[in-house]
Amino acid sequence: MTELIEPLKTPTAEPGTGMVQPGMSVSRVDGRAKVTGAARYAAEHPAADLAYGVVVNSTITKGRILGFDLADALRVPGVIDIITHSNRPRMRPFKLSYKDMTAPGGFPFRPLYDDVVFYSGQPIALVLAETFEAARHAATLVRPDYAVEPHETELAAHLHRAHDPHGLKAGFAPPPKEKGHAQAAFDAAPVKIEAEFHSGVEHHNPMELFASTVIREADGHLTIYDKTQSSQNSRWYVSHVFGLSSRKVTVRNPYVGGAFGSGLRPQYQLPLAVMAALKLKRSVRVVLTRQQMFTFGHRPETRQAIKLAAERDGTLVSIQHDAVAETSRREDYTEVVVNWSGQLYACDNIRLSYHLVDLDNYTPIDMRAPGAAHGVHALEIAMDELSYALQMDPLALRLKNYAEIDPTKNLPFSTKALRDCYTQGAARFGWDQRPAAPRSMRKGNEWVGWGMATGTWDAMQMFARASAVLHADGRLVVSSAATDIGTGTYTVMAMIAAASMGLPMERVTFQLGDSTLPVAPIEGGSSHVTTVGSAVEGACEKLQKRLLKLAKALPDSPFAKAKIDEVEFADGTLRLRARPEVRIELPQLLQHAGEARVEVKYLMLPDALKQRKYQRATHSAVFCEVHVDEDFGTVRVTRVVSAIAAGKIISAKTAHSQITGGVVWGISQALHEETLQDHRLGRFMNANFAEYHVAVNADIHDIEVIFVEEDDRVVSRLGAKGVGEIGLVGVAAAVSNAIYHATGRRIRDTPITPDKVIAA
Amino acid sequence: MNPFAYSAPTDTDAALVAIQTDFNDSMPNRFLAGGTNLVDLMKADVMHPARLVDVNGLPLDAISETADGGLQLGALARNADTAYHPWVRTRYPLLTAAILAGASPQIRNMASNGGNLLQRTRCHYFYDVGVPCNKRDPGSGCSAIGGVTRQHAILGASSHCIATHPSDLCVALAALGARVHVQSARGEREIEFADFHRLPGDTPQHDTTLAADELITQITLPAEAAAFAAHSVYLKLRDRASYAFALVSVAAALQLDDAGRITQARIALGGVAHKPWRKPDAEALLHGALPHDALFARVADALLEGAQGQGQNDFKITLAHRAIIRVLQSAVVGTLTNRDEGDASAEESLQ
Ligand SMILES: Cc1cc2nc3c(=O)[nH]c(=O)nc-3n(C[C@H](O)[C@H](O)[C@H](O)COP(=O)(O)OP(=O)(O)OC[C@H]3O[C@@H](n4cnc5c(N)ncnc54)[C@H](O)[C@@H]3O)c2cc1C
Ligand code: SF4
Repeated sequence: MTELIEPLKTPTAEPGTGMVQPGMSVSRVDGRAKVTGAARYAAEHPAADLAYGVVVNSTITKGRILGFDLADALRVPGVIDIITHSNRPRMRPFKLSYKDMTAPGGFPFRPLYDDVVFYSGQPIALVLAETFEAARHAATLVRPDYAVEPHETELAAHLHRAHDPHGLKAGFAPPPKEKGHAQAAFDAAPVKIEAEFHSGVEHHNPMELFASTVIREADGHLTIYDKTQSSQNSRWYVSHVFGLSSRKVTVRNPYVGGAFGSGLRPQYQLPLAVMAALKLKRSVRVVLTRQQMFTFGHRPETRQAIKLAAERDGTLVSIQHDAVAETSRREDYTEVVVNWSGQLYACDNIRLSYHLVDLDNYTPIDMRAPGAAHGVHALEIAMDELSYALQMDPLALRLKNYAEIDPTKNLPFSTKALRDCYTQGAARFGWDQRPAAPRSMRKGNEWVGWGMATGTWDAMQMFARASAVLHADGRLVVSSAATDIGTGTYTVMAMIAAASMGLPMERVTFQLGDSTLPVAPIEGGSSHVTTVGSAVEGACEKLQKRLLKLAKALPDSPFAKAKIDEVEFADGTLRLRARPEVRIELPQLLQHAGEARVEVKYLMLPDALKQRKYQRATHSAVFCEVHVDEDFGTVRVTRVVSAIAAGKIISAKTAHSQITGGVVWGISQALHEETLQDHRLGRFMNANFAEYHVAVNADIHDIEVIFVEEDDRVVSRLGAKGVGEIGLVGVAAAVSNAIYHATGRRIRDTPITPDKVIAA
Repeated sequence: MNPFAYSAPTDTDAALVAIQTDFNDSMPNRFLAGGTNLVDLMKADVMHPARLVDVNGLPLDAISETADGGLQLGALARNADTAYHPWVRTRYPLLTAAILAGASPQIRNMASNGGNLLQRTRCHYFYDVGVPCNKRDPGSGCSAIGGVTRQHAILGASSHCIATHPSDLCVALAALGARVHVQSARGEREIEFADFHRLPGDTPQHDTTLAADELITQITLPAEAAAFAAHSVYLKLRDRASYAFALVSVAAALQLDDAGRITQARIALGGVAHKPWRKPDAEALLHGALPHDALFARVADALLEGAQGQGQNDFKITLAHRAIIRVLQSAVVGTLTNRDEGDASAEESLQ
């Protein structure tokens, strides 16, 4: 990929940004485009002759569609067509054709494929009209006729159907085999606790609504602007479902207004928009409503039980952690809920289990820190409970059982500066001032409490390609089919390239968000910097070698004998390390060499052999203060200190924002978020932003983020590990533990709403 | 959303004619003010007016003094302008406090006083056109009973509907004894605030006693209610610190004599019933008494007499009881306007 893809409107750093180094704080390069509205999202790309599609969703939870009364809907002026399972264009029938790159085991949903309804809110028809308004009105007039079958959506009522998960999924590993004899050790131990935990369904609700704009060109080529965490995943899916060659489909996602995992898999608006474009032979846009954002993947409701036992001195002797989560009837969605409990603390007897119950819901999907958000939450509350049983400071208990190596895998950690997180976080928070007993601090009508928790998440690296093109005018364009879901990908990749090539950042552009760019993984799992960032740096290194070769070949070259480690790229020049005055400006170099541009391509493969020898993870220590009005059960999180060990921090400002956002989400998880399902109807009832509560500004007070020193060259050549998830993990547990310290009330059920506090 | 006719008359008489034009009972015409509730409900396919009569051009947005020294709030005065109006703040701080406890600054800037009175319930089932609801579709049944009922009524509900009225502003208006002035082509009338909203009974489709062609023109606050200005508090308990509807809210306004005796008391509850909940006999318990907690508890008992939960919302009874006591304790001490939303110092005086 050599030239800028014009419609991507790739953002570049503001003039004057200058030279950058990893670790610096740089304002995001896409900031101006976003706040001025210049950045276009999936639903905003214009197309001539656009038809608008509005989705009709099922009102039943399970059964069959007997037919539709479409007469009134079709009479609405402007309506073009209504697509249902009985008149849709051809789709492949095979299970494999619907498997996107992150599909779990099972048979993915095939939208509008047949008459079967398997969850409430399932798309059953697409109304197409000349205007959005006409389509939306007509959609309310579509009258399906159903044969209803009984459904089961209540996890608690169907625990007896719990089974082992089937099939594989990226990022999932089943629980390890039992280590030692966990129950026997528990029975024999002097101090023990056991507790049960529950966490409700949550929906991601990124700001940007799911949308696809399918632009059909005269030759039938489809350019699709899709809301997705991977243009290449959506491209792959569309090609497979509709049997379209990869050359006939381009997917773009230059700007994504948040996703949090909901865009890891193609959502139903994509195949619906494509089938409409194929059927009508014109461009089509389908945008979901906020209510429809509750009709696909969610964080699964999860029940957990934990047993911990220790010697009187706090030495852990047994950890047992069992989880049961919901999945759909079609797929076994899996996430790592319990494995963290075998990784965080040194212990000789560990037993972990994870089971699924199939319900008549849509398949869950990864949501920020999938599995860890609730699994580590439960473990960290249990550790807090154990600390009180031992009459030991909660932080001291964690330090007592600090895992120097991974206890279940017996592997060393690639790096682990968790101890620094504890020390620095505790110092900043003032943890040593904490009175040990609950109900020790009061202010006015509120009890005040301090709690802490540990967090952890995987440090992953996938493979990726990147290309780098240096133009004779001095611009560097680096490309990879990466995604920026608001995380700062544009910014950090441009920083890496600029720092590597010694160019001012405004001369560097990082292109992402197009399926035709060099292959990149789905943006997820906190791995984009370690993966794409390493590919970018690798491409730059290759470019440097190529440039040196050109320089050596110049007539009377002062670089003729220079080896690559004897030169450096700095201040926009290639120069000798030993004699920096011997230098050539890069544009000059290209001009002298007679090259309009120099291009390299690079494939970054993780060093699996080396990585396999280590447990690779990020860590955090979260400290928080809450104020609880016990009469009313209202909780205010007045102060949070989050100390993070996530390898080398490349882009300080966007990394800081990631962690702050994670803490906000953690508070939200602790206190607010839950989608409430009416199991008689099988429907999610609070499917809008007035009633699905996330933390608002008034809920958020002081948040302080500390990055401790870490540099991990096992995880990535950059030393980085990734910060997307870790900021969230442990926050809700710290809040829950602080509520206990404030009031003596232990709440093991999220969200901690006022009714639960007064009942505890 | 359905297609609709639209007009924007600039005088009240024209609006009253327009609302009757081609009136159709199954898709009744509606006035459009800030649109923050009506337009949402149209998008959700819950309300289907055949015609919208945009009243934003009518000269009904003033806040002025009435002849007897009370205050007249135009139906189209915005909630924010009302809350921050100096006369409202100084004479009826309870109203300021209630308004500022509601919605968000942006919504309060759009929302009109008339529209706030007529905002509809937030019952999840009312919003979900995929399920039966007596309020939306009379006779279809009430899906909420036995379902997700955290937010539903604990007082005055019926077997036909257990919805609550979600307004904060109305709770203060109920406590202050406001009057609603309405006009239609048939003439003008005044409605006591206590008679404006109604209990669901077997006709939950009617939220209020207003006729479909009647326009709210003004809301008046009696002069004597300004005597509560020194001792009034609005407390709203909700699932997050802002931008959530009340689980329970309490408006309390007191007058105290020099001996510290309560001479007059007004208490209204929000979030607990199909209308703001007031009980004069409970208020009367306070008249002539010295404030003390046991008395406040008796007042709370009296206000909540007959309260009945739906299971999931039983906690609201406890919450309401405690909130009544806390608010009375606080009102004895002084007044809170909730003006610094999210500001701990304002909250702390209540804590
Ligand atoms: C997310 C969200 C959160 C909210 N939170 C709160 C809250 O916490 N507390 C709270 O009190 N409110 C809250 N609100 C509700 C808000 O206060 C109301 O939507 C608003 O007051 C309605 O006023 P409006 O002018 O926008 O009315 P509209 O939406 O224009 O109209 C509402 C109804 O009133 C009728 N109407 C309007 N004016 C007149 C008139 N003069 N005469 C006759 N009929 C009339 C309309 O026909 C319509 O039926 C919230 C709203 C939203 C969207
Ligand atoms: S409580 Fe009222 S509004 Fe809610 S479903 Fe029942 S009838 Fe409808």
